[in-house]
Amino acid sequence: MNPPRPLLSRVADSLYWMARYIERAENVARFIGVNLHLMLDLPSDEKQWQPIVATTGDAHVFRERYGAATQDSVIEFLARDASNPNSVYSCIRAAREDARSVREIISSEMWEQVNALYLQVRDAQGLAPDALPSYFYEVRMACDQFQGVTDSTMTHNEAWHFIGLGRTLERADKTTRLLDVKYFILLPSVSDVGTPYDEVQWAAVLKSVSGFEMYRKSHGHIAPARVVEFLLFDNEFPRAVRYSVGRADRFLHSITGTPAGTFSCPSEQSLGRLKSELDFGRVEDTVAAGLHEFLDGLQVKMNTIDECILRDFFVPWTAAAGAVI
Amino acid sequence: MRFYSYDPANFYDEMFEAGGRPRSHAQFLIDTIEGLSDGQLLRYQRSADRLLLQMGITFNVYGDSAGAERIFPFDLIPRIVPAAEWQRIEGGLRQRIHALNEFIDDIYHQQKILNDRVIPAEVIQSAASFRPQCRGLNPLRKIWCHIVGTDLVRDRDGQYYVLEDNLRVPSGVSYVLENREVLKRIFPRVFEGLAVCPVNEYPSRLLETLESIAPHYATTPRVVLLTPGMYNSAYFEHSFLAQQMGVQLVEGHDLTVTPDGVFMRTTKGVERVDVIYRRIDDDFLDPEAFRPDSLLGVPGLMAAYQAGRVSLANAPGNGVADDKVVYAYVPEMIRYYEGEEPILPNVPTYLCWRPADRQHVLANLDKLVVKSANESGGYGMLVGPYSTGEQRAEFAAKIEANPRNFIAQPTLALSRVPTIIDDHFEGRHVDLRPYVLYGKEIYVLPGGLTRVALRKGSLVVNSSQGGGSKDTWVLA
Repeated sequence: MNPPRPLLSRVADSLYWMARYIERAENVARFIGVNLHLMLDLPSDEKQWQPIVATTGDAHVFRERYGAATQDSVIEFLARDASNPNSVYSCIRAAREDARSVREIISSEMWEQVNALYLQVRDAQGLAPDALPSYFYEVRMACDQFQGVTDSTMTHNEAWHFIGLGRTLERADKTTRLLDVKYFILLPSVSDVGTPYDEVQWAAVLKSVSGFEMYRKSHGHIAPARVVEFLLFDNEFPRAVRYSVGRADRFLHSITGTPAGTFSCPSEQSLGRLKSELDFGRVEDTVAAGLHEFLDGLQVKMNTIDECILRDFFVPWTAAAGAVI
Repeated sequence: MRFYSYDPANFYDEMFEAGGRPRSHAQFLIDTIEGLSDGQLLRYQRSADRLLLQMGITFNVYGDSAGAERIFPFDLIPRIVPAAEWQRIEGGLRQRIHALNEFIDDIYHQQKILNDRVIPAEVIQSAASFRPQCRGLNPLRKIWCHIVGTDLVRDRDGQYYVLEDNLRVPSGVSYVLENREVLKRIFPRVFEGLAVCPVNEYPSRLLETLESIAPHYATTPRVVLLTPGMYNSAYFEHSFLAQQMGVQLVEGHDLTVTPDGVFMRTTKGVERVDVIYRRIDDDFLDPEAFRPDSLLGVPGLMAAYQAGRVSLANAPGNGVADDKVVYAYVPEMIRYYEGEEPILPNVPTYLCWRPADRQHVLANLDKLVVKSANESGGYGMLVGPYSTGEQRAEFAAKIEANPRNFIAQPTLALSRVPTIIDDHFEGRHVDLRPYVLYGKEIYVLPGGLTRVALRKGSLVVNSSQGGGSKDTWVLA
């Protein structure tokens, strides 16, 4: 048998980001789709678009460029704006550019899928309001298809593990942000447990991560603390932060070959620590100590992990080259 | 769609004889196409266009930032080359590539052909593509041009001529493979009843060729394909060939050179590279040896190559035989090195540095095609009969200023093939680029890229100038 084929640092970098961008596009498309749906249930003076912008982390840029958050301005900014690097359009364009630069590494099916998705969003100018829900649904499905095609047509080798790593870390990041923004709005004070809450809004939070049905199956009634627990600490739901981080940890260990529970590089150490924190966390303690602070901490840790991955795998080995040879 | 109103006009038509009777090898194809129901062929054509876009089979146009990727238009009607014609082409190409290779090796060593005054020494001394850095180098097996794409054209009488030898970094072979693939997917019936030579063994042959030139110490050689990156016009091809061969596609900054050789940067450290199929011009290959401002290349690559630590295909310096003035002497080279008459003739060529030729060229600019000696892709070219007085004056001044840099050839009435234009067939001019590999032996791919000038009357087939392509069927 041939030894495993080495993976170029540049290629690993592109694969990781291709996956992150697709996942990001899918999340943003889902957030918009769910919000469109939710707004129909609310009286017109309560229609809220600002929180969605906040979940993408670009509220500041948005305010400067667009001012008030209306349905039109938010959809323009988050879905189509080519100058917003986190818009659905920009993410898919970036994912396709990354895919194009590693076309010989991924399968033809993956390339054709991301290329078709790109052509679809590129040509979707001036969508009529009635066409929006189905448009965002199609984009989501196309992103899901890309992931399905990735899993079923590409060898599960090191390159594939980098794709998985990018996807799961992005997922954990997005769920964390969504929870932070929504929790702050829906339940500003931790002592509010037991006061009336808006079930429609909490259901929308779950739907924003495709988790409504799965939550129902495991927890039944909607209760804020249980929703937070489900999204943070569930170990079976694919968009829960704990599950995603656990998967990311396994992808990383497949890349390095280091046994689980140990570490050989800063990436593994920082990701492993985060995983333990989530594995041994409890929602009651977290809420008591301040959920926002906790979520903020998660964000900082995920940024550190991203930087470690960059240094451990993607930066050209200029300095190391002499030593290794 | 039917051919009854098709007019071959006063050209050599690849499908019809002068009187409008189908050539015998084309009868099957014509019957199949005419047997389709109304509108079916146009629907196939549209499917093919859509498929190319979906598969992302595109090229980049320089200086065109918005929507910079375009598909290379593909016309469904194939061009057929009968077996006997192909045998002659193949023999001519083998002879020519062998002679060209002997010539390059000679030029960088003893220069016998110059000493024997078969080719004037000043032609080589003044060739911009002559690389003094390559003097005395001995590429493995003494092969300098491993991958060649030779442009052939036919004149009004059907005679094949060699228009140019692309020895440096010839491109287009990916379209040969993809065109065949698309035609098979869209219109499989069209192959019925005909024995068309398959083209899909090219990637394996290419890999064999590359492995055959690995340095001796490399028992299981690692081959990589070096691309300038995804904004290069031929990026699709680089990526496609790397994928088809199962080798790594690398960019300049993925590689690093040490005294031991060339290494690529991976997630687990550095890995040795033995053979580089480089799709970067000599000029940009190594900023230490050639253009110092190149950001695409690999510093130190030439030194590693000279030390025998890595093999390069094609060998740097081989462009000296690709110069359009040197081209004019290829028939002499064949006689000199092979002791044979050329099987495929050159297009008659006037060399503007010769006073008598220059006078003739300047007096006949409206009839000739003028080309600069070192450009390709249809750039730096004047097609006399289709030029304006202003363009001719501009070229006359350029020729006077630098006669060495220009050649001229008669305007050939290139052969034509029926092509789908709107909802009917019209004749369009074509050329043919077969691909030749030279490793342990010479291999000629039975097929090639037929480029077609889609603009009515145009003779320029380049993709950057409104050209398209067709599948090319070599019959067994």
